[in-house]
Parts: sequence; C-alpha cells; structure tokens
Amino acid sequence: MSARLLKIIADALPKILLSGITVTVPLTLISFAIGMILAIVVAVVRVLKIKVLSEFFRFYVWVFRGTPLLVQLFIIFYGLPGVGLNIPAFPSAIIAFSLNVGAYASETIRGAIVSVPKSQTEGAIACGLTSWQAIYFIVLPQAIKACIPALFNTFISLIKDTSLAANITITEMFMKTQRIVATTYEPLALYIEVALIYLLFSTGLTYLQKYAEKKLSYNSRKVQTA
Amino acid sequence: MIKLQGLHKSYGAKEILSGIDIEVNKGETVAIIGPSGAGKSTALRCINLLETPDKGTLTIAGKSYDLAKLTSKEILEIRQSTAMVFQNFSLFENKTALQNITLPLIKAKKINKEEAEKIAIENLTQVGLLDWKDHTPSQLSGGQQQRVGIARALALKPDVILFDEPTSALDPEKVQDVLEIIKRISKEQHITSVIVTHELEFALDVADKIVFLADGKVVEEGTAKEVLKNPKDERTIKFLGHFADKLEYVI
Repeated sequence: MSARLLKIIADALPKILLSGITVTVPLTLISFAIGMILAIVVAVVRVLKIKVLSEFFRFYVWVFRGTPLLVQLFIIFYGLPGVGLNIPAFPSAIIAFSLNVGAYASETIRGAIVSVPKSQTEGAIACGLTSWQAIYFIVLPQAIKACIPALFNTFISLIKDTSLAANITITEMFMKTQRIVATTYEPLALYIEVALIYLLFSTGLTYLQKYAEKKLSYNSRKVQTA
Repeated sequence: MIKLQGLHKSYGAKEILSGIDIEVNKGETVAIIGPSGAGKSTALRCINLLETPDKGTLTIAGKSYDLAKLTSKEILEIRQSTAMVFQNFSLFENKTALQNITLPLIKAKKINKEEAEKIAIENLTQVGLLDWKDHTPSQLSGGQQQRVGIARALALKPDVILFDEPTSALDPEKVQDVLEIIKRISKEQHITSVIVTHELEFALDVADKIVFLADGKVVEEGTAKEVLKNPKDERTIKFLGHFADKLEYVI
C-alpha cells in the first residue's frame, strides 16, 4: 500500500466518522425511537381490534412494508413539494425512516403480544385491572423482551439504510465518502473504509442488544442441559 | 351476599347455560359440581365477565346489574368486587410472587406501595410462601404458584372469591396442600366463595351448599348432606353413584 493511499485513508477517517456521529447516528436513533413508539401503538391497537383505527393501521403497514424505502424517501422529499408541502431533507428522512421502522416493528411486536398467554391477561382483568393496564404492566414487558432480537434486526437494518438518505441531499457517512472518492479517485479503499465503519456501528448495537436482553431478563432459572 | 339470576350463555347456536340461579350468602362457600361439559366453569366465568353472559342479573356488593347490557365501568366494578383463582394460576410471569399481589392492589385498588407490600406479605405468610416472595412464577412449583394465586385473591378482599378448578392442574401430591389451604382460609377468614371443583370429597367437606349443574341447568341444590342423602334428579344419582362409597365415609 502506497504512502499516498494510507494518507488518503487516514485523512478520510475523521471526516467520515464525524458525519457518522453528527448525521448517521442521530438519524438512526431518532427514527428508531419514533418508529418504536409508533410500532407499539399500532401493535396494541391492532391486537385490541379498535374500530377504524385498527383498519387504518393495517393499511399503513401494508403500504410501508410493500413499497421500497427509497421510493418513500423520494415521495416525501421530492414529491410532496408538488402539493405545497416542503419538508427539509433531515426531517423528511426522519419521517420516512420512522414510518418504515414503525410498520415493520409493529408486526414483530404484534406477534409477540399475541404469544403472551391469554391467561395472564385474564388474571389481570379478573383482579380488577383495566385491559390497558393489563397490556401495559403485564403483556408489553413480556412481549418486548421476547422480540428484542427481532427488533435489533430492524435497528441494525436501519443504521445501514440511512445511507439511502444520501439520495435526498443528506451528507451522512456514505455521501461524505462519495465526495472524498470524487476528489481522490480511490473508491475501493474508501468504500471498504466506510463499510468497516458501518460494521463498527452495527457491532456496537449488537453489544447493546446483549445488554438489553440481560437487563430485561426477570427469569433467572437456568435451563439444564444434559 | 351475591345472587345470580337467570344466567343464560350460548356459544353460537349451542346453549351452555339455560337460566341458572345461584345465591351465596356472606361468609358462605358454595361448591358447583357436575359432569364435565355441564357449564360449571362457564357459569363461574360469567360472574366476573371473563365470558360475556347473554342474559341474567347479578347482585353483588348491594348493587344489581343487568348482565345483558353492561357498561365498561360496570364491568370494572364487578371485577373489582370479585377475585378469581384459576385452574392454570394465571400469574404474571414478569413479576415476582410479591409483585403479583401488590400490582393489582396498587393499580386497581389504588393502595400505596408500602401498604400494598404489607398486605402482600401478610397474605404470602398465610399461604406459607413468605420465603419465596422474590421468586417469579417460573421458579415456583405448580402448588406454590397456586398458593400465590390464592394469596393474590385474598389480598384484594373481594366480596366473593371464585375458584375455578383450583387443583385440577396440580400434581396429585400437591392437591391436598392446596385444598387444605382453601379449607383453612374459608373457615378462618369467613370468605365468601364459589368453587368449581372435581374434588367431591373436598366439596362436601368445605362447602356450606352444593349446586349440582347438568346440561346447563341447576338440577340439585342444598347442603352436602341433602344432595347426597336425597338426590332427586336422575343425573345427580348417576353422578354421585361413582362416589357413593367415598361419600358415605366422609359423611
């Protein structure tokens, strides 16, 4: 490896990392947080089969799971101005990513809610708790715990998918790398460099997942294996 | 006192309960017995509205409710004046034994945390599980789980405790333990209760009144002695026939 190439890689590192920390990470965290709240609301409403709202959410999940994320980004950022709705790039990305995560994660959470034995809900309402209290205190904590691995799949997908935001003028890690490539003509080294940085962030999330699983475990009984 | 009148319940075209009347005086234990499929559990679950009754009147805590048209507020009222001990315990898996008892006290009865814990500890002591208070249900045996279930129901101080086949999911050697506890608390604390059970001996021993249910109707009703010595209905005679030897011994 030539000294020139090494210097390009070394010079690029803080720049890419900076755009990662200032754009990719906030974009991921904010979208995931909003998406999760949305997902829980959608899942609970659909499990309780609340009229109208439940149908509306079913439609929402159908649309956002069935269309490409890139198309959703384009409609929000380039399409909506056509009807007078100008949303800046960063909020546009937040909206698209949150809605997308919300649609996927709501199905994960809905499945997990349904898998918590109904007898526990009966136990709760027979004690005089309301259905909402039963869901909030008994069912959701168990459902969320059960779907931590699946939700982290969504989380890790999201951090990678934020690279699509480059298409709507957001200078996140990938766009930053593209720009450096344009001036240095070293695509292989630089794209591998940014790939490794994505891998680093994803690995960080894997550790967070382990921590979350440990934190949420209320059942310390070990399964004996022969 | 609780009074159930004209309870009807169908699943689709199949009628499960065709007009049931049950009356339980304060401090009394009523056992519902009968062949399987008679609608015993359904009747019990209609009292706290885990099943939706088609028709009937329920009088509880001095108030009468038309079971055909209940508001969600009334449903909550009825559930808060009752408590249930389930066949499969129905404990909250994400909570410890203690929290299983304090959660409904804090959230449904609005009792503060310290007071709720005091009540929970008293009731866990009653069922002999104080040492297990910080264990989750999956760390407890079936018999222990059911004792937590009983403590949870007792702690709520309801107008009536509904026992839905409380021992039928237990290991044979644990059945007696749990029955003994139910018997003891019934006698000591004068709780008002309705028990659906297959344990006939226990029913005769603990119940002030026996209700024999068959084909969705109350076909026989009275004290244990009356129902046994003088069964009027053919279905009661046939059902009790299987147990006749044992019963003579008990009485």
